[in-house]
Amino acid sequence: MSELEAFRAEIRAWIEANCPAEMRTPVQSEDDICWGGRNFVFKNAAQKAWMEVCAAKGYTVPDWPVAYGGAGMNPAEAKVWREEMARAGARPPLSSFGIWMLGPALLKFGTEEQKVHYLGQVARGEIRWCQGYSEPGSGSDLVSLQTYGEDKGDHWVVNGQKIWTSYADKADWIFCLVRTDKANTYQGISFLLFDMTTPGVTTKPIKLISGSSPFCETFFDNVKVPKTQIVGQLNRGWDVAKYLLGHEREMISGAGGGEQTSTVGKVLTRNGLDDPMLRAELAAFDIDALAFAAMGEKFLDEIKVGKAHPAQPNMMKYAGTELNKRRHELLMAAGGSTALEWDSEATRGGAPARSWLRTKANSIEGGTSEVMLNVVAKRILELPGA
Amino acid sequence: MPLYYTEDQAMLADSVTGFMADEGGIKKQLRHWRDINCKDGFGHGLWKQFAEMGLTGMLAAEADGGLAMGHVEAGIVLAEIGRNLTPSPFLTTSVMGVTALSEASDDLRGRWLPGIVAGETVLAVAIDEGAKHKPDKIACRAERAGNGFRLTGAKDFVIHGTSADAIIVAARTSGSDSDADGVTLFAVPKDAAGIGHNAVRLVDSAMASHVRFDGVELDGSTVIGEVDGGRALLNKVLSAGRIGAAAEQTGVGSGAFAMTTTYLKTRKQFGKLIGEFQALQHRAAHLYSELEIAEAVVIKAQQLLDGGSERAELMVSVAKAKAARVCNLAVREGVQMHGGVGMTDEYDIGLYMKRERALTEFMGDANYHAERVAQLSGY
Repeated sequence: MSELEAFRAEIRAWIEANCPAEMRTPVQSEDDICWGGRNFVFKNAAQKAWMEVCAAKGYTVPDWPVAYGGAGMNPAEAKVWREEMARAGARPPLSSFGIWMLGPALLKFGTEEQKVHYLGQVARGEIRWCQGYSEPGSGSDLVSLQTYGEDKGDHWVVNGQKIWTSYADKADWIFCLVRTDKANTYQGISFLLFDMTTPGVTTKPIKLISGSSPFCETFFDNVKVPKTQIVGQLNRGWDVAKYLLGHEREMISGAGGGEQTSTVGKVLTRNGLDDPMLRAELAAFDIDALAFAAMGEKFLDEIKVGKAHPAQPNMMKYAGTELNKRRHELLMAAGGSTALEWDSEATRGGAPARSWLRTKANSIEGGTSEVMLNVVAKRILELPGA
Repeated sequence: MPLYYTEDQAMLADSVTGFMADEGGIKKQLRHWRDINCKDGFGHGLWKQFAEMGLTGMLAAEADGGLAMGHVEAGIVLAEIGRNLTPSPFLTTSVMGVTALSEASDDLRGRWLPGIVAGETVLAVAIDEGAKHKPDKIACRAERAGNGFRLTGAKDFVIHGTSADAIIVAARTSGSDSDADGVTLFAVPKDAAGIGHNAVRLVDSAMASHVRFDGVELDGSTVIGEVDGGRALLNKVLSAGRIGAAAEQTGVGSGAFAMTTTYLKTRKQFGKLIGEFQALQHRAAHLYSELEIAEAVVIKAQQLLDGGSERAELMVSVAKAKAARVCNLAVREGVQMHGGVGMTDEYDIGLYMKRERALTEFMGDANYHAERVAQLSGY
């Protein structure tokens, strides 16, 4: 048996022995996700136990170094981990912006002290982060952001407003882009971390067309941020922001859905439908979805060994989100009038319609599809003037 | 297994890329043979060079003089064939033919494989009956006669049919036309009495034949594998041909795309390079994304096929359908973005469009494979 196969056997046995049965059913909605954090209310004992047993082994962040709360897996081992998790149908023990976005940025740009302090808390599910990027006047044109941090010696005083801050009302800390030099556009932004309970921070949920409020407006009124809480250099926060955006786009793309991608065509048999035109559309979709799953696997394989183009997450985000929107259009079509029900028991409170509406944000949040295409044209295709 | 080339595969890709660009280029091969109206549609000299590179027998077992490589490696060659529109009998001979012969008797392998390995023998594959690919239905019949068989029927879209030294024929030896069982594969030598060809030149300048078998007498030694039990082997040959054609299509698509982005960076209108216009940038970026996805699913399906995975059949159809759709997009966008010159024979982009059309039809088009994906997925 090769070393990797021995590792696979070990992981398989460990998941078998430690993953509670309740954590081996598919995630039905955002409600089922374990986000962790100071105020998180676990849905049940199994969810808590699964997170804690994984955290103890570093399996919440398997490819982070052991010193920062991970399991120190190499790319091949991390792939085995993902495959075995998928095989067991096990839910991710912990999901968070700390894992997907801040973590990679801190690993690259953070000081040793910051890594030990923040990453360990993220890995153990003790701290939940939100992202302060967009502002009312700065959406696609993010770099025009106006939230300002005034230099007060050993701290900044931050004033301004963020918008579309995902789960700001539930988060413990924020990683936030703040202008620290008004004279420089790109090189006048710093990447700051601060506690959401700091005096002067308020949040206001935004009700979306789906009826839920995953996003907030976030207001800063004379918020004091100590100077030790900057990541990277002063006024060079844009570099950190861009690096982190790559990871955000990778996350939104759904890369890593992997081989277990189920085909949407099966709703035909589930719903007892006999519609040849819809069947043809579903088959065309399933081809695109299975092909994209292969792309996701290839992308993750390549990015771990530095073979992927650094701008490739933009392409993944574009393709993955457009696909997800199409998936939900088809699920609505297959559901017919039942899928229109907004709060019935039969639809688990209108889940199909609400999910369908939620996906419309996929190609807007984290960079619109049009911005993604601009980036691909410029950085990968190197087209003139792009 | 990671979805990128191993070191050995990357080395193979390097040498094949250089070889095909130097020796298999459009001017040297495709245009040359087309313009002299060559009856083969490809050059035997280049086929010999394929052999010198070790490519013709790459899928054959080492005991048969081959390299015992897999579909990932064959795909590397086919992608470069696609990129350069290189006319060659590689797909029918070295991929589909060798796959068929892998289960043949020692005698039969000894008869055909040395010539293939040496680049002296060409094989064609006769499966389709009619203008669309429907291999579930095989009407061409081989009746038992004496110690052997008598083959009667017709096959269409037999690429390199008249150039081939032998034709691998899927024939019915028992049952009715649509039965899964009762199919047998034969290696029919070109000089067997009763073979009639109606050779036709296709849109991509390849030569195909409508082949008639008019009571062709075959002795038992021409049977590949089991009599009546050839369906599984036929499916293997089909999978090899499908994933091979898909790999070639990704090469055609990325060749067309490279030519098009170069054009976007050189052609000026309204005082600007046309690549500066966002309308074209977004279409090019979308196409890039689709090509990346097609390449990923092709290598995924190749790996599954090489590993004997139970998902291979599904993913081969996904790959063939995806590669066809994406390559089609690449050549349509290519011609459109080239504008008027894209319509001229002088520019190569139109040649990519012709090749794409022929490859799409080969071993099942995107709709055929979408139907298979639905069936294999249980709906």
